[in-house]
Amino acid sequence: MEIKKGIGVSPGVVISTAIVLDAEDLLIPKRNVEPELAESEVKRFHDALAVSIAELKKLRDDTAAKHGKEIGGIFDFHIGILHDKSILTQIDKEIRTQHATAEYAVAQVCRKYANTFAAMTDRYLAERVKDIYDIERRILHTLIGQKREDLLHLQQNVVVIAHDLLPSQTAALDKVHVRGFATDVGGRTSHTAIVARAMGIPAVVGLGNLTSEVSGGDTVIIDGTNGVVIVNPDPDQLLEYREFDRRNQEAEIVLSGLRDLPGETTDGHHVMLQANIEFPGEIEDAVNRGAEGIGLYRTEFLYLAADHEPTEEDQYVAYADAIKRLNGKPLVIRTLDLGADKYTNAQMANPERNPFLGDRSIRMCLHDIPMFKKQLRAILRASLLGDVRIMFPMICTLMELRQARMVLRDVEEELEDEGVKFRADIPIGMMVEVPSAALMANQFAKEVNFFSIGTNDLIQYTLAVDRTNEKVAGLFCPAHPAVLALIRDVIRAGSRNNISVSVCGEMAGDPLYTLLLLGLGLNIFSMNGPDIPEVKKIIRSTTMEHARQVARRVMSFDSERQVMHFLREETRKIIPEAF
Amino acid sequence: MPTASKKIEVTNEMGLHARPAMQFVDAANQFESQITVFREGDDPIEADGKSVMQMIILEAVKGTPLRIEAVGNDAETAVKTLAELFESKFGED
Repeated sequence: MEIKKGIGVSPGVVISTAIVLDAEDLLIPKRNVEPELAESEVKRFHDALAVSIAELKKLRDDTAAKHGKEIGGIFDFHIGILHDKSILTQIDKEIRTQHATAEYAVAQVCRKYANTFAAMTDRYLAERVKDIYDIERRILHTLIGQKREDLLHLQQNVVVIAHDLLPSQTAALDKVHVRGFATDVGGRTSHTAIVARAMGIPAVVGLGNLTSEVSGGDTVIIDGTNGVVIVNPDPDQLLEYREFDRRNQEAEIVLSGLRDLPGETTDGHHVMLQANIEFPGEIEDAVNRGAEGIGLYRTEFLYLAADHEPTEEDQYVAYADAIKRLNGKPLVIRTLDLGADKYTNAQMANPERNPFLGDRSIRMCLHDIPMFKKQLRAILRASLLGDVRIMFPMICTLMELRQARMVLRDVEEELEDEGVKFRADIPIGMMVEVPSAALMANQFAKEVNFFSIGTNDLIQYTLAVDRTNEKVAGLFCPAHPAVLALIRDVIRAGSRNNISVSVCGEMAGDPLYTLLLLGLGLNIFSMNGPDIPEVKKIIRSTTMEHARQVARRVMSFDSERQVMHFLREETRKIIPEAF
Repeated sequence: MPTASKKIEVTNEMGLHARPAMQFVDAANQFESQITVFREGDDPIEADGKSVMQMIILEAVKGTPLRIEAVGNDAETAVKTLAELFESKFGED
């Protein structure tokens, strides 16, 4: 048994059999197959060999036809090596006696020869080491490619373990049977994370050398909620997680009964429950869980998924798709929030010293007006297809907000000149996620149609804590009285100026804070889809009067511990199974 | 079992590089005899004459003394044919 800690990037728990994907351009870690599977592993190797030889023959003939026989002859040497019995027997033996995977056996034997070649004094012969690498890569490519191909036609549920998952790899996955991901590298915004969240399956990334510790066929628990992966769990842990899983499923069934009921307290106060998404494809699931709209549509993924800037059309297509799937429900599109922890390739080339305080988000957009305009054009063009709203992130000063609105107005004029129709009175909102914006909420409220509080950044900037830094992560706490005071004031400013206020940070989906936010007068809770039923259950189980009392009490505390303790007690009274 | 053996020296400029090694192995594989090539001198090693990898590893540059040995029914012809490859410098130069 092995417990590995990583970064949970997509919540949920799965217990399943592992498939390990190697990468042909990386060192292949030593991994074993079950002894009774050794023969089929030998066969896998020989099948891959046959494919590689066929490829090489074609390559030789094509090259010979184009550049002459002499040059095509290079591949004869490669073919000769793949027919070399003394090498093949060594690989077979490695698999049969060591029970190594075909990938490892190939890499191991090739590496041995590569070392011998590299040590030769004759320069020409030493150069042949490149041929060995080339041959190794070709066989591994075939072996691994075959395994990827297998991932398209799975017979049973599996979890995929890899060094990293590339878009080309995840595109070709059996979406029914792949139930989880765990990777050696990556972060919250890595491709693996984004795809896992879109598929609604658990994922943990940043696990170091996980691929060298898991063998295909091992039982693996991926706990995406807590960022833990357990390889070959002992019976106790298995039992614990199975029980956890069963309880979750039961709760899910009960909660799904709430789907079509309104988010309303027993004394008739109504709040709106919405979902945060990154892909249009997440909408069905969110709506199925009771989302009455999308309170935060993150648009960065279009920029992060491709290695080039998406065109206006790319963006329009994605937005139109999202709107169509929502069937008239509102969609809040947040304009680009790149920088800080989400980089494009171009940004990565010029790292900033302090990216969270740097050229990120709306600042970056205002520094690159053509790019910003492209996105605004796409949003405006899509605006007539449904209920679309625009939200600017990271606004710190009134000037920034006014500049962003000015760019929007420019785009509107351009579209008018071109005769393109759009919704002229499209609602415009802003994220309140820096203390300066929260403190000036009253002034901002006069210039926007809605606020959305981004609690993750608001907490980080208020408490000066980077929650991804283990040493200080413990200081990151939504319950800090300073944070709560800012949230209270923003909600108040909104209500005084008659604009709606939502929370779209993680706090909105955390049942611990539902009573408090409700009592403070929040209008919209926007969260990850799976969190909606539980939050709704709390809202439907209390009165507005009670929630207000809870909020008043909480605001009188001066430490986060008191706040959390009290909220836990109060919430437990409503749903005892919550904590 | 009939055995044959002959000493030769690598005479082609490039030595036993990829193409000649392939040529040698292809020829060796025509015979049923077991073929072994010995590198003589200070640091002797031997190679299976039917393995291109082992032949390369002999690192038989120009001037290296080698001994070709064949064991099997066609040993005599095998050694003769294979030695000729070296003598003809593998068609190079």
